Amino acid sequence: MQVTMTVNDVEVTREIEGRLLLVHFLRDTLSLTGTHWGCDTSNCGTCVVWLDGEPVKSCTVLAAMADGHEVRTVEGLAKGAELDPIQEGFMQCHGLQCGFCTPGMMMTCRALLDKNPDPTDAEIREAISGQICRCTGYSTIVRSVRWASVHEAANK
Amino acid sequence: MQVPAPFEYERATSVDQAIGLLERLGSSARLVAGGHSLLPMMKLRLANFDYLIDINPLHAELGYIRPVGDEVRIGALTRHRELLESDELAAAFPIFRDAERVIADPVVRNRGTLGGSLCQADPSEDLSAVCTTLDARCVIRGPGGAERVVTMEEFHVGPYETAVGDDEMLTEIRLPLRPGGGSAYEKVERRAGDWAVVSAGAAVWLAADGTITDARVGLAAVGPNTTGIPEVSAALRGREPAEDLYEQAGAIAARSCDPATDQRGSADYKRHLADELTRRTLRTAVARARS
Repeated sequence: MQVTMTVNDVEVTREIEGRLLLVHFLRDTLSLTGTHWGCDTSNCGTCVVWLDGEPVKSCTVLAAMADGHEVRTVEGLAKGAELDPIQEGFMQCHGLQCGFCTPGMMMTCRALLDKNPDPTDAEIREAISGQICRCTGYSTIVRSVRWASVHEAANK
Repeated sequence: MQVPAPFEYERATSVDQAIGLLERLGSSARLVAGGHSLLPMMKLRLANFDYLIDINPLHAELGYIRPVGDEVRIGALTRHRELLESDELAAAFPIFRDAERVIADPVVRNRGTLGGSLCQADPSEDLSAVCTTLDARCVIRGPGGAERVVTMEEFHVGPYETAVGDDEMLTEIRLPLRPGGGSAYEKVERRAGDWAVVSAGAAVWLAADGTITDARVGLAAVGPNTTGIPEVSAALRGREPAEDLYEQAGAIAARSCDPATDQRGSADYKRHLADELTRRTLRTAVARARS
């Protein structure tokens, strides 16, 4: 079957199998390997991308379900050479060690800040409660999101 | 890599068109909504279908929370996040917000739906217990627009089995609004987003003099079914809310359920939870009914 969707503001059309999962469509068909593929059971959250602006676990969404919709991946966070404040925050506050969970964490946290520009630590932890960091870096992830929140507010 | 076995993907354009497809394709086809239960099962080959009919395009038609007369009607494709965020639903049935806060995680809740949860009919599933507690009615539509309305007891046939036929679709859940009501839900889980070790929902309706006119308790993860416990309702009706009454209800809940020892806990521990969570949710439900 043929699907057409907008990925990071670019319209793409591809011939796919109905069973193809969105995570594999992004990584293998479009070579957008920033989205990671982890547990395959919608538990770990490293595959989080946006579907029409909402974070979803792309290992549990069919690529066909995104037909006609808008997808955004971690590659679509920066504006040209300018990093998103979330990305900057993860750099400034050591929000990652191995980096495996990072793309999913950043997509979820960006969506959180879009809805709630000044979240509490508890709200950040709730937002990422469906995502696993095996370097046990949750404290620094929370700090990174706070950094982005504070700097975004200051730059407005 | 885990991927489902090959299937033909069909996209629904209307409820009746989807039912038409089901009628033609029979048991080789399955509806998919959020897909967060069905796709993992298909990856593991626990479920195999030749056709998947994607009903996500019907969200405008089947995603709603609507008070109609003396009930609240919820479209089957209403997503967990929408159920969680609805102040109207939380005001009428606080049990929904209690439960939605602990169902899976925020990202999964962006996709999963009420209808999908009920049709999955997993005995550990929270919304089945919520709908049982609230004495919900399920609207099932079949070929030719024929609709039938069933109770949760009739809907939930057994684990992973519902009253929805091969050529039918769950379209709406109806929750009766009754005066003096309060409700609550509690879940014990091993970690955030996990299935329940045990969870319990309670709903009470109080008369003007403060006595209980009716009460219902629904448990999840304590046996093959999430049906209500009529004996608890019978013990509470006509009585004054009090701690010893909750204790009595908890004891009935513990001995009425049929939990199995598994990696989430022993049968004894789960019975203990059924007792304790029944008391806690009744206590909260009564407090909310009074306020």
